[in-house]
Amino acid sequence: MDPVLLVASIMVSATPILLAALGEMVVEKAGVLNLGVEGMMITGAVVGFAAAVSTGSPVVGFLAAALASAVLSLSFGFLTQVLLSNQVATGLGLTLVGLGLSALVGAGFEGVRAPGMGKLWIPGLAEIPVIGPMFFRHDFMVYVSLLLVAGVWAFLKYTRAGLILRAVGEDHESAHALGYKVVRVRLAAIFFGGACAGLGGAYVSLVRVPQWTEGMTAGAGWIALAIVVFASWRPLGVLIGAYLFGGVTVLQLNLQAAGAKVPVELLSMSPYLITILVLVIISARGVHGAPGSLGRSFHASA
Amino acid sequence: MATLLSIRGLTKAYPGVVANDDVSFDIGKGEIHALLGENGAGKSTLVKMIFGLVKPDAGEMALDGAAYAPAKPSDARRSGVAMVFQHFSLFEALDVAENVALGMENPPRPRDLARQIREVSETYGLPLDPTRTVGTLSAGERQRVEIIRCLLQNPRLLIMDEPTSVLTPQEVDILFQTLNKLRAEGTSILYISHKLEEIRALCDEATILRLGKNVGTCTPREVTARQMAELMVGSSFNAPEARAGEKGEVLLRTDKLSLPAPGAFGTPLREVSLEVRAGEVLGIAGVAGNGQDELLMALSGERLAPAGTIFFKGQDVSRLGPIGRRDAGLLSGPEERLGHAAAPNMSLTENAVLTGARREGLVQGGFIDWGKSKAFAEKVIERFDVRTPGPGTAARALSGGNLQKFVVGREILQSPDVFVVNQPTWGVDAAAAAAIRQALLDLAAKGAAIIVISQDLDELMEISDRFAALNEGRLSPARAVAELDIEKIGLMMGGAHDMEVAHVDG
Repeated sequence: MDPVLLVASIMVSATPILLAALGEMVVEKAGVLNLGVEGMMITGAVVGFAAAVSTGSPVVGFLAAALASAVLSLSFGFLTQVLLSNQVATGLGLTLVGLGLSALVGAGFEGVRAPGMGKLWIPGLAEIPVIGPMFFRHDFMVYVSLLLVAGVWAFLKYTRAGLILRAVGEDHESAHALGYKVVRVRLAAIFFGGACAGLGGAYVSLVRVPQWTEGMTAGAGWIALAIVVFASWRPLGVLIGAYLFGGVTVLQLNLQAAGAKVPVELLSMSPYLITILVLVIISARGVHGAPGSLGRSFHASA
Repeated sequence: MATLLSIRGLTKAYPGVVANDDVSFDIGKGEIHALLGENGAGKSTLVKMIFGLVKPDAGEMALDGAAYAPAKPSDARRSGVAMVFQHFSLFEALDVAENVALGMENPPRPRDLARQIREVSETYGLPLDPTRTVGTLSAGERQRVEIIRCLLQNPRLLIMDEPTSVLTPQEVDILFQTLNKLRAEGTSILYISHKLEEIRALCDEATILRLGKNVGTCTPREVTARQMAELMVGSSFNAPEARAGEKGEVLLRTDKLSLPAPGAFGTPLREVSLEVRAGEVLGIAGVAGNGQDELLMALSGERLAPAGTIFFKGQDVSRLGPIGRRDAGLLSGPEERLGHAAAPNMSLTENAVLTGARREGLVQGGFIDWGKSKAFAEKVIERFDVRTPGPGTAARALSGGNLQKFVVGREILQSPDVFVVNQPTWGVDAAAAAAIRQALLDLAAKGAAIIVISQDLDELMEISDRFAALNEGRLSPARAVAELDIEKIGLMMGGAHDMEVAHVDG
């Protein structure tokens, strides 16, 4: 097994989950629990694929995917923030809608190949032996996802808008008393989370596979939700969590291909098992950092 | 002294109640002005109007000679009016500097802000580390965060809503030093409280509200606590009649009952000793947060007391839980109607089962006898004139007064030997309150012993035989109501220091 290839494929394998988890982390930081990540990802996957095939441009595909999922997430935002519906039930509904909608939209695209994505060689760095092929010869979305992690980290830590977003998630009553627009902040966060999930979904259908199959995100959205908790709502933690899950996924695939004497079922299970195990260890340690108002509905006059 | 804020004829009415009725007074520059009054006298509404949270129906304000009508808190802040709330609006998971930044209109860069916080905290003797997480701070330190947040905006008028209600005595001293320093620098302070001694120690002027009206302005240092208490309680105070009739044996007695505070904002009980006899009503007064809830929880069995501190009919029940005490005949009614006395989303019948199951025999072999339960709920509804469509209605759907009649009636109909009730008529209209008081008196006439904890002095004077006051978890010795006057009551509520004076007088 070539370690260079292994690291490179881990990065590709982790990127969809990284994008979706990062978006969901921002949403949860604002105090909203959106369980519809899976639905938004699959919507992004099908819309991105359709747009890329129709125009021949993967970039257009990604933009369309982000927009479609963000708009879909706003329906969740409207229901939970304006009509004050239950966030858990609405999020689950969003997943079901996304799965059904994607099957409908994608019916004509089964078996079609996605337009190829060129690799973006980072000038100067890509030529370095070993390191270059590992980290600096990827498609542009891998870099975009890493830049997004850094951007979200800096936004939450250093900007006033980030501080307000965290304040809204910690205690919406206090934030409201200080004059901040709780619902508006949350809708913006939901929109961002939807766009990120859409990008993640499109990455699956345009780069990882790359073609459209019904239900192809195969639970990646749920893993993204788990990783947010594993990360204790920190961007760096999300990065580590996504790469850990991606890493184990690629490893077990390689082990399967190499014909390891371990039942295939057990290997397929391993990424999920290890993620659950890490989650349990983290929770047992008692460090949570969940936003104080997570999942609670806010009504201004209450 | 020049006037900073002048208030003329401020009026605010809510449906059914006039919170402020034509209130006028002036706050001078560099003056600590006390706003004094009982609960429900309209203090909060008044300061909310000054801070732009509530819009007055009539009247006007002028700040430093210019018309002042803030539409929202940020307008008030821009005009130089800042407010420290009684319940802090802080974010526990964020650090001090972040919390301060969130409360400012135009915060400086984080590094500069941390430096400014250190400067202000040193200048005013309010030690505070800007990098600490607020969740780890004590109540006093949290208040400092709020105060520093206000001071960084250089306010001309600082409003403080009952600032000492959550502080330790040491923290109160620090706070008073800070306020004195601010006064020396020319900042005006509007200080809301109902602690008379505190106001006498700190304030230059005092405006006293009663039932939404300004009933007088005085200089606290020149008057006695008695005069202020009289203004606060009002002329409607009726000297109670001596009640005839022999009292029976002692039914409930506590002996130096001490319990640590249940939480960060709770009050510990400190050597509370009381006794109440059959046929007697013991009234317990006190300013909110002086141990009322804690005393009720200790007597009801929600919190177990150390052995040998609570005796019911001579038996030690200190380690007995609520069910055991109910079985024995010691019943109680907590202050909070929704969520404590009644489960909001359950029907009245279900709520009747929750406390009446055993004494009324509503449960047979582990199964609820719904017919009997419904009949019991209907009996409560009928006897206590609870206005509701029927026993199937959810507790939440009842108005406060009707639910209060239901939860008090539910206990009374279980024929308790001792009934402990906290704030039986809080937020209840006059007719319903009178009905509840009469029911308590009727229960006592049948030979039960009753403890009524209340902040309504008039109510306690009306129904109690003996009277005691809670202050910081300590209970004053009980005195017969017949030998009390307003001065003694004020001093009993004022605390241990005042009690010595009372002993000399009495």
